[in-house]
Amino acid sequence: MGLLTGLRDSIARVTERLFSASDPKRIGIYGPPNAGKTTLANRIARDWTGDAIGPESHVPHETRRARRKENVEIERNGRTVTIDIVDTPGVTTKVDYKEFLEHDIGEEDAVRRSREATEGVAEAMHWLREDVDGVIYVLDSTEDPFTQVNTMLIGIIESQDLPVLILANKTDLEDSNIKQIENAFPQHQTIPLSALEGDNMDEVYDKIAEYFG
Amino acid sequence: MIEMPEATPTDAEDGVQIDLISGARMEGMASMEKIRLILDGVRDGNIVILEEGLSPDEESKLIEVTMTEISPDEFNGIEIETYPRSETADRSFLDRLMGRESTKKLTVIGPANQIQTLHKDENLISALVSRK
Repeated sequence: MGLLTGLRDSIARVTERLFSASDPKRIGIYGPPNAGKTTLANRIARDWTGDAIGPESHVPHETRRARRKENVEIERNGRTVTIDIVDTPGVTTKVDYKEFLEHDIGEEDAVRRSREATEGVAEAMHWLREDVDGVIYVLDSTEDPFTQVNTMLIGIIESQDLPVLILANKTDLEDSNIKQIENAFPQHQTIPLSALEGDNMDEVYDKIAEYFG
Repeated sequence: MIEMPEATPTDAEDGVQIDLISGARMEGMASMEKIRLILDGVRDGNIVILEEGLSPDEESKLIEVTMTEISPDEFNGIEIETYPRSETADRSFLDRLMGRESTKKLTVIGPANQIQTLHKDENLISALVSRK
């Protein structure tokens, strides 16, 4: 990219963000499969709008299309922050339909699900490059955060200069290790929560208002 | 488009082809050319090692294109490993403004059903590679 073109694009991006401050920010919920992204999206949507976004499941890749909930108004300290929540399919670099067979899903259905899952991941990557203003990155705190997908996605988010909040989910489980996530991404703030139980959601909403308001 | 040398079928049955691609070779290539080079190699069952890796934007496109090419019983996707990124935190303001990235990090990419990462830390990637 030429020096001038790069500078012009950067200035255009910055001014666009400054002058569109009153529009709802589009916040993408990203993370690996089964981190609890839809559980979190539903928790936020139910708390502030009364509606859910989509079905939750233990089967990986249950969310195979990005789903958007518009105009979620979060009230914090007397002011209202309006965001659009985009719940995205879990990002991976591989999908094997045989993994669905282990969840009592028939072969035909498994092949269909894997095809939809791959389309969903491609869609999620596209949203990340083009269509979100900020990211909530959800991790299962019982799992090792030092994975290639996490490293790459956080790198991609940082390279786009998007504000990002890292959520260490599933703190209700015994094996939850928040420190491990803090150590993996020391350059970002990590907030522990259980989206399923609704634990520590007040801090999550405080930070959403602070980062994306 | 730069072609990679192809192994004969006999060679392929005997072992696993490894392509070590230098930074110089990738330098003049467009993002999609790099992604095509990687995926064509990986889909042939090769392990591709990039001396200088991909930019975050290229990694994002690699994931996207990989997803569009997955098909049951034929191609399950890729396994990719790089050393954890550490340079993003200390990029200068001008680099950030210009979107300049330091991407010089060794990257290993292979077919998901043939490569398994055994260990990874800041300085070492250990992987098990099997034949098809």
